Amino acid sequence: MPFLPTSDEDRRRLLEAIGIPGEEELFASIPAHARYRGTLKVEGPLDEHSLRSLFPMAASRVVFAGGGIYRHYIPSVVDAITSRQEFLTAYTPYQPEISQGTLQAMFEFQSMMASLTGMDASNASMYDGATSLAEAALMATRAKDLHRIVITRGTHPAYRGVLKTYFRNSQGVEVVEAPFDRETGQVDLPVLEKLVAEDAAFFIQQPNFFGVMEPLDAVSRFARKASFWGVVVSEAMSLGLLKPPGTYGCDVVAGEAQSLGNQANAGGPLLGFFCTRKEHLRRMPGRIVGLSRDNAGERAFCLTLATREQHIRREKATSNICSNQSLCALKAAVYLSSLGPRGLREVALQCASGAHALTDALKDLGIAPVFSAPVFNEFVVRMDERTRQRLEDTGIVPGIPIGEHYPEVPDGLLMTVTEMNTNEDIRCLIEALS
Amino acid sequence: MNIPEQLRYTKDHEWAKIEDNTLRVGITDYAQHEMGDVVYVDLKPTGTKVEKGDPVGTVESVKAVSEVFAPVSGTIIETNAALEQSPELVNQDSYGQGWMVVIAFEDAQDLEALMDAKDYEEYLSAEAK
Amino acid sequence: MSDRSPVVNFPVLREPLLSEMSGPGRNGMLVPTPFDVSRCTDVDVPSLLPALPEVSEVETVRHFTRLSRLNFGIDQGMYPLGSCTMKYNPKIADEIASRLAPVHPCDRRAFSPVLKHLFTLKTCLQEICGMDGCCLWPAAGAHGELTGMLVIKEALSARGQTRTKVLVPDTAHGTNPSSCTIAGFTTASIPSGRDGFLLASDLKGFLDSDVAALMITNPNTLGIFEQEITEIARLLHENGSFLYMDGANMNALVGIARPGDMGVDCMHLNLHKTFGTPHGGGGPGSGPVLVKKELEPFLPRPRIVQDESGQVSLMGDCPESIGQVHSLLGNVAVLVRALVYILSLGGEGLKDATVRACLNANYLKNRLKKTFALPYATPTLHEFVLTDKNQKPQGVSTLDIAKALMEFGFHPPTVYFPLVVQGALMIEPTESEPVSELTRFADAMEAIALAAGKRPEDLHETPRGMPCGRVDEVWAARNLVLTWNDLNPS
Repeated sequence: MPFLPTSDEDRRRLLEAIGIPGEEELFASIPAHARYRGTLKVEGPLDEHSLRSLFPMAASRVVFAGGGIYRHYIPSVVDAITSRQEFLTAYTPYQPEISQGTLQAMFEFQSMMASLTGMDASNASMYDGATSLAEAALMATRAKDLHRIVITRGTHPAYRGVLKTYFRNSQGVEVVEAPFDRETGQVDLPVLEKLVAEDAAFFIQQPNFFGVMEPLDAVSRFARKASFWGVVVSEAMSLGLLKPPGTYGCDVVAGEAQSLGNQANAGGPLLGFFCTRKEHLRRMPGRIVGLSRDNAGERAFCLTLATREQHIRREKATSNICSNQSLCALKAAVYLSSLGPRGLREVALQCASGAHALTDALKDLGIAPVFSAPVFNEFVVRMDERTRQRLEDTGIVPGIPIGEHYPEVPDGLLMTVTEMNTNEDIRCLIEALS
Repeated sequence: MNIPEQLRYTKDHEWAKIEDNTLRVGITDYAQHEMGDVVYVDLKPTGTKVEKGDPVGTVESVKAVSEVFAPVSGTIIETNAALEQSPELVNQDSYGQGWMVVIAFEDAQDLEALMDAKDYEEYLSAEAK
Repeated sequence: MSDRSPVVNFPVLREPLLSEMSGPGRNGMLVPTPFDVSRCTDVDVPSLLPALPEVSEVETVRHFTRLSRLNFGIDQGMYPLGSCTMKYNPKIADEIASRLAPVHPCDRRAFSPVLKHLFTLKTCLQEICGMDGCCLWPAAGAHGELTGMLVIKEALSARGQTRTKVLVPDTAHGTNPSSCTIAGFTTASIPSGRDGFLLASDLKGFLDSDVAALMITNPNTLGIFEQEITEIARLLHENGSFLYMDGANMNALVGIARPGDMGVDCMHLNLHKTFGTPHGGGGPGSGPVLVKKELEPFLPRPRIVQDESGQVSLMGDCPESIGQVHSLLGNVAVLVRALVYILSLGGEGLKDATVRACLNANYLKNRLKKTFALPYATPTLHEFVLTDKNQKPQGVSTLDIAKALMEFGFHPPTVYFPLVVQGALMIEPTESEPVSELTRFADAMEAIALAAGKRPEDLHETPRGMPCGRVDEVWAARNLVLTWNDLNPS
C-alpha cells in the first residue's frame, strides 16, 4: 500500500506492545451502532501510471479570458523555489525556531504588498479577492457602527456575491450597489456621492470588472464623508502601472494577487491580499508576521498580534480565518523578487499595450468597446452567443460572457490580454471573426 | 503576592482605590502575573458610562486577552494614557503607574461589595485549591 | 544517528532581507514583450517605479533556497501536531495538480475534464462521510465551518425559525465559536464530561427552543470518540436543532465510522489534513462541506450536477442557496490532489490508513504514559493528550518539552490545547510514520523527561543549534515591525 510504511510484522509488534489482541480493539470505544462495516465504494488503489492517464489535460490554443483570474508568465524560478518540500510540506509557522523560512518570506511578502498598494501594513494572505473584500467590510463594521456597505456595481460579480453572503445575517447592515455609467463604464459619481455617508463604508474596484479605470481622484474628494472606504483590486498586475491605491487615502486595499506568480490553476488556489493603515491594525483579519529578536538578541521573526485571532479570542475574534494561502503568497514574493520594479512595470505595460492592440484590431471589424473610459488590460465588447461558441469550437476563447451578471449588457463579452498573448493570437481571432 | 492593605478588590482581580467620589481602578499583582508580559491595553474613552460589571477595557499579553470590569457603576473620567506607549507598566507597577481608569461612581453602596485585602488574600488561596 | 542524543538539522545562518540585498539596476529578468508599448498613450504612467527590491535571479534563488533551509517540513521527519494530521503528501498528487496550472477556468475545453474530476471527488467524499450532498468550494476548514453554519441558519429560516444559539464544547477549536459569530449566531460553551466526552444527559440542560445547533468535533481534540453521539443527535433533532461536526479529526474515522450514520446533519472536512494535501506553510487548504438531504438546497452556488447522460455541469440557478462563498470554485488544485490521494489508496486502503494511524497513536500513548501524565484514561483513537504534570515540579513545562524536541529533529506536538487540559501536549503521529521513527520519538520524549529530572535548567535553553533561539514574541507585539519600511522609517 503506498504511503503506509508499517509492515504486517510491524503491526503485530505494535499490537503486542499496546497489549491488545487485534486491530479491532483499537476501535472498541466506538459504539457498535456507530460503526461502519461496509467497504467504501471508492475506486482504487491505482498505481501512478494509471493515475496519470486519468488526468490528461488539453487547453485551447488562444485564450483572451481573465475576469479575476489571469494567465501571466511565471518565471521558472517561482516553481523551483516553491516546490521545495521545506516550504511546501511545512505547517503554519507557530514554532518560530524551525519556521524562520516561511516567516521571513511572509514578512517580505507583507513588505512588498504594502509598498505596491501604498499602505502601512499587509497580512500574510486571505483565501481570495472575494473573501478579502468581505473581511474588509466586516472590519469596517467593527470600527464604527455602520448601517450600510456600499459597493460599486463595477466590482467583480463574485466579490459582490460573497460580500452579500457574509452579510446575509448581519443585523442592521445592508449592502447597497452603486450603479455604473452606461456610457463610460465608470461608477456613477453623483449617485455614489449620495450613498456615501457617516454611517456607511464603501468599496470601489480599480480597475473595475469591465477593465475600466475608475476616477479615484474624484472619488477621493468625497470619500471621507464615509467612515471607512477601500479600494478593491482583482488584477494585481495593474499595481505595476497605476498609482498605488493607498495614495488616495483609503482605509484598506484588498483583493486578489493571483496575477503575481500564481497560475490560473483551473480557478484556484487564488491569493487574497489585505493591506491597511496602522490605526486599523488591531481590527485586521488574518495572520501577521512581525520582526523580533531571539534570546541571543539576533533578528528573528514570529507571528504577532495573535490576540486578534480565533485561537485566542474565539467568538470575539476579528475573523475566523486560520489556514490562509501561504504558499501562494510565497509564490508572489518570489515572483516580485524575480521581476523587480522594472520587470513588473514592463509586464503591466505589455498587458495594457496588448489590450490596445486588440481593441484597434477589433475596431477594423466594426467591433468597438462598449465603454468609453480608458482601460487597463480588459474591455467589454458585444458578441452574440453563436459567434462565441463558434470561436470556442475552433480553440479560441475570445473572453468571458458577462450578460448573466449584467443584464445592462446582455451580450457583453469581457476580453482580456496579458503578456502571454501574442500578435499572432490577435491575428487568429480576427481571422476567425472575419 | 503583593496585596496592599489600603485598597479594595474584586473577584475578577481588579483593585480599586477610593479617592473621594471616584475610584481608581487597575488589575492586581496576581492578575498581571497570571497574564504574563502585557503588550497592549485598550481602554474605553473618558465619558463612557458603565454599569458595575461592564468592561472598561482589555489587557493583552501575546497569548491571552482579558477584560477589565468596572467594580462600580459610574462614568469613566480619566484613563491612563501612558499605557498606550508603555503597557509594561501594568507588569512593573500594577498598583501605581499601571492604573487604568478613574470612575466617578454613582452609588457609594456599590463599594460595600468590594473585598478588603484580607478577604482578597483568602479568596486567592481558596481559588488556588 | 543515535537515538538519545540531540541532532542538529539546521545550518546556523542569518539571511538578510531582500530590501537589504537590493542594488539599483541589479535585476535582469527578461519578461515577454509581444506588444508595442508606444500605443499605450491614454494611461498616465507614473514616473515613480513600484517600490520593490532589485536583485538578480541568482540572488533570488539563493535567498529563498537559504530561507527554505530554515524551515522544517514533513519530508524531513515526524511532525506530530495534534489535530493537524501532518501526514505524508504524495508527490504524484503534486505532479498531477501541476497539469492544471495553465488552465483558465473559462476555457471550457480544458475545464470540463476538471469538472468531472471534481464531481468524482464530491461523490467519494459523500461516500466516505455517509452524507447526501457536498460543496467543494470553501478554501479552508474555517471557511467550511462558516459555510455550514450559514446553511443551517438558512434552513432554520426556511422553517420560519430564527434560532440564535450554537452550543460548542469546551474542547473545541477556536475557529468554531468564531465562525458561528460571523454566521450571526451566539455561542454557549458546554463542558465535556469527566471522562473527556460529552454526555447526552449534560446536553439536555442546554437545550431550548433557541438552540440552532451543536458544533462538535468527533473524535474530539482529546482523541476520544464521542461515545454518546447518536443519542446526542437524537436529542438535538427532537429539539429541532442540527448537529454540526467539525471533521478536523476525520483521520480517525475514514472507513471505520461515518458521520452521516451517527446523525450528523452538516460537517466539513479538511482535505489538507485527512486527505494528504500539503499545508504549504499555512495554506492553501480546502474545507468541503457535506450535508444531509434537508440541507442540500441551501448549499453555496454554483452546484455541480450530473445529468442522466453522465454529463457534469455547474448549476448557478439555486434559488434557496446561501449564495457564493468564493471568487470561483475554491482551491481546485488542492481538490484534485485530494482526489489523487483517495484513488491512490482506494476504499480498502483508506480504511487501512485509519487503522494504522490509530495503531501508531496507541503505541506511542501506551509507551509515553509511563513517563508523562495522561489526563484521561478513556481510550483514544488517532491522537492523545499528555501533560507536563510530572515535569512541572522539576521546573520543566510543556513549552520546554516542545522546544527540546526540536533538538532531536522533530516538530513539536500541538501545545497548550485543548484549553481544558493544563499544559497539554497533543500528539498525532499519523499513519505515515514507520515504527523506527515512532520509537525514535518516544526515545526522545523519554530522554527529555530524564533531563528534566537531572538538569532542568538545560531545557530552558532549548532549542539549541536551530536557525534561531527562542523568539521574543513580547518584543514583536510591543514594537510591531511588520514591513521593511517599519525597520527603516524614511
